[in-house]
Amino acid sequence: MKIIGLIINPIAGMGGRVGLKGTDGIETLNKAIQLGAIKEAPNKAIKALRKLEPIKKELLILTSSSDMGENQCRTLGFNYEIVHKSNNITGFLDTLNAAKIMEERGVDLIIFVGGDGTARDIYNAVENRVVTVGIPAGVKIHSPVYGNTPELAGELALMYLKDSSLHIKEEEVVDIDEEAFRNNQVRTELFGYLKVPYKKEWLQNKKAPTPLGEEESQKAIALDIIDNMVEEVYYIIGPGTTTRAIMDQLILPNSLLGVDIIKNKSIVKLDCNEKDILNILGNGTGKLIITPTGGQGYLLGRGNQQISSKVIEKIKKDNIIIISPNSKIIELKGNPLLIYTDNEALDKSLQGYYRIKIGYGMNIMYKVSVGY
Amino acid sequence: MKRIVRNSKVRDFHQARWNEPIIFELSRKGERGVLVPKAEADIVKQVGDGLSKIPSKMRRNGLPNLPEINQKRVLMHYLRLSQETLGGDVNIEIGQGTCTVKYNPKINDKIANNEKMTALHPLQDKSTVQGILEIIYKTDLMMREISGMKYFSFQPGGGSQATMSMASIVRMYHRLRGEEDKRDEIITTVYSHPSDAAAPALKGYKIITIMTDENGQPDYEAFKAAVSERTAAFVVANPEDTGIFNPRIKEFTDLITKAGGLNCYDQANANGLFGIARAKEAGFHMCYFNLHKSFGTPHGCGGPGSGALGVIEELRDYLPKPLVEFDGDKYFLDYDLKNSIGKVKSFQGSPQVVLKAYAWIMSLGAEGLYEVAKIASLNNIYLINKLLEYKGLTVPYKVDTQRIEQARYTMEEITKDTGITSGDLARRIMDFGMHIWSSHHPYYIPEPLTLEPTETPSKDDLDEYIKTIHHIFDEAYENPEIIHNAPHNSTIHQVDETSLDDPEKWCPTWRVYLRKTKED
Repeated sequence: MKIIGLIINPIAGMGGRVGLKGTDGIETLNKAIQLGAIKEAPNKAIKALRKLEPIKKELLILTSSSDMGENQCRTLGFNYEIVHKSNNITGFLDTLNAAKIMEERGVDLIIFVGGDGTARDIYNAVENRVVTVGIPAGVKIHSPVYGNTPELAGELALMYLKDSSLHIKEEEVVDIDEEAFRNNQVRTELFGYLKVPYKKEWLQNKKAPTPLGEEESQKAIALDIIDNMVEEVYYIIGPGTTTRAIMDQLILPNSLLGVDIIKNKSIVKLDCNEKDILNILGNGTGKLIITPTGGQGYLLGRGNQQISSKVIEKIKKDNIIIISPNSKIIELKGNPLLIYTDNEALDKSLQGYYRIKIGYGMNIMYKVSVGY
Repeated sequence: MKRIVRNSKVRDFHQARWNEPIIFELSRKGERGVLVPKAEADIVKQVGDGLSKIPSKMRRNGLPNLPEINQKRVLMHYLRLSQETLGGDVNIEIGQGTCTVKYNPKINDKIANNEKMTALHPLQDKSTVQGILEIIYKTDLMMREISGMKYFSFQPGGGSQATMSMASIVRMYHRLRGEEDKRDEIITTVYSHPSDAAAPALKGYKIITIMTDENGQPDYEAFKAAVSERTAAFVVANPEDTGIFNPRIKEFTDLITKAGGLNCYDQANANGLFGIARAKEAGFHMCYFNLHKSFGTPHGCGGPGSGALGVIEELRDYLPKPLVEFDGDKYFLDYDLKNSIGKVKSFQGSPQVVLKAYAWIMSLGAEGLYEVAKIASLNNIYLINKLLEYKGLTVPYKVDTQRIEQARYTMEEITKDTGITSGDLARRIMDFGMHIWSSHHPYYIPEPLTLEPTETPSKDDLDEYIKTIHHIFDEAYENPEIIHNAPHNSTIHQVDETSLDDPEKWCPTWRVYLRKTKED
């Protein structure tokens, strides 16, 4: 018997149809309802859950009351148990608390329905300790933790439950500032990484030999960086799984969401703030290794504010090394990588074309612009 | 009695299915196809038994593990297998385009299968092979006309091997100028063939890829930023695999020449350029063609292919040796190439393929080649316009940008609407006896579909192909399950591709298969 968690954010996506670019906050929700918005997430959940019907008898679903999962499980005749009760108006705490309970109960998988905000709440509850599958229902889907469609998400969940040896990947949880987005400004933030099952065949057609997967690309990039490291130079390693691969290949501890500094292939300090970086650099030479966030492709100013304008001024433009698996570049669809520090003049001086390292000895010339 | 409907453009097709064992399983001990006659006494007297002169450590200890089977059963076996494929001779092979399956005249196969060709041996005395040397030399002369280059070698097998040969020339060139260590970067473009990056990378070069601008052409500003004193060469296809031609190519090559690098032209997409554009005028120092693509000489399943690698006069000595030359009286092999990269394939490569290309060019003439380019482009434009009438299918970048002889489409919208991917389309179209090429590297374009009609198909063929694709798109909106579960009419149902990523499951030989499937 497999035990899975089901969390539906029933209000996810309600703002979209009525042009609100999101549903974060009670005021926006009320406005959406006034404009005639209806709940879409519960129906999308049903589309996905139908894919689990072939293994219905082997499943116990832990879920929340009413439209957060109970109603959908009952409609489809699943074996379920309510582990969390919500009020009529649901909020982020419902998602957070339900996910925590599910982790404590040792679920094999959490299926959640929502948008970037929901993914953030799930991450805040379970970080990367539980395998999850996202069913897309939000207005904004920047986090690549969701299936392309509810049906595909359902199939992915089914596949994982039938074959737990399926490859597991850590994908970024990013979200944008909705208020700014309503004013046509895009500001993304990296919040963490969720573990998701990964089925490469769904992402692209292929012909042998298969192109490198993201993990292999990260490893190839890391080996290139390590082979070309210069002695007595401080390497400031920005956050992200791509940069983490460098530390992994050096068999060094690291802080996934923080900034680490190494020299001569040894740790100088983990999880540095701006002051730490400036102090350590002193009068020495430093090279900065950063990777863009998924979605909008922010290089600086989103999730790595420790690497401030003062730090950049000290390091200088020529010592910025940008690394990224090719898949992240593809996601940008030709849009430039972005920088947005606290110093507009500096940001402008950093604009231009950079060599983005995408593999061992492999680079792409790519444009970097100011993200205002 | 039910009348057979013949007015539909969408063809009813069902692939033959034979429960056909592989040839090793058909083997019966002692069964013989051909009994090889024993050598005549006089021959034995002259050359001995043919075995004892071979050093013992080079000889097998036992018999080779070949199947033992009679001629009739071999013939039946391969005829059955041939019915289980989607062969180019019974299909409208737009899906694979010039990748070996544009029309390859059977008469050329017949010429190449002539005993005078099949009995050739590369170590024959040169006086006995003047005919084929003349063919190679004259094909070289025609390639010069087509490209503007000065000398050609037919040794490289084309494709990746020709790109590798170009990268080898680049390295030798800079080595002899004392710049090998300094010039360690090669620039290419994102929609050039992946081998244009991979082959130089294998030679140790760092690769810098140029992305496209909003028109789908290589971004000139990015290119300018990439060129430096470290640049060894620029390796590029034009048109690229999107079908988009870079009209500013001379500006690109001039920049490289000025920076001291070499320009290398991958002309695998040359089908739409004959008589219209040449490598020389575009500023290239070397180029290669795939005879098995652009010149109607199929290589079939990976070999034998043949490339034609051409260089400007100053680079003649770097070519693989020997070159075929003519002294006004006889044809001979010139090994005196002091900077040669050496051999990249044995002897002259595949003379039979060169002969087929020679016959193909001679049958068309200069005007015919120009006609090929025009019809290939016209067919492509017709195909694009008709296919784009379907809602949800489009081409990336500006729709009205001219695609030369092929186009990369995107099914992104259809996929969003119906969940049907381009991979699904490739499987479903097999149910109608057709085929779609599934390589669209790099996968930058969502749900890509790359079609290259060539000059071969008639308007009727194109219409049938278009109608079939539209029929499947209709199915996608009306009954997507039928596509998800396709193919229905093929010998083999959906193949589990996951084993392609798992070396534990690869069986490159029969022996490995037996070992890996052995029950404990």
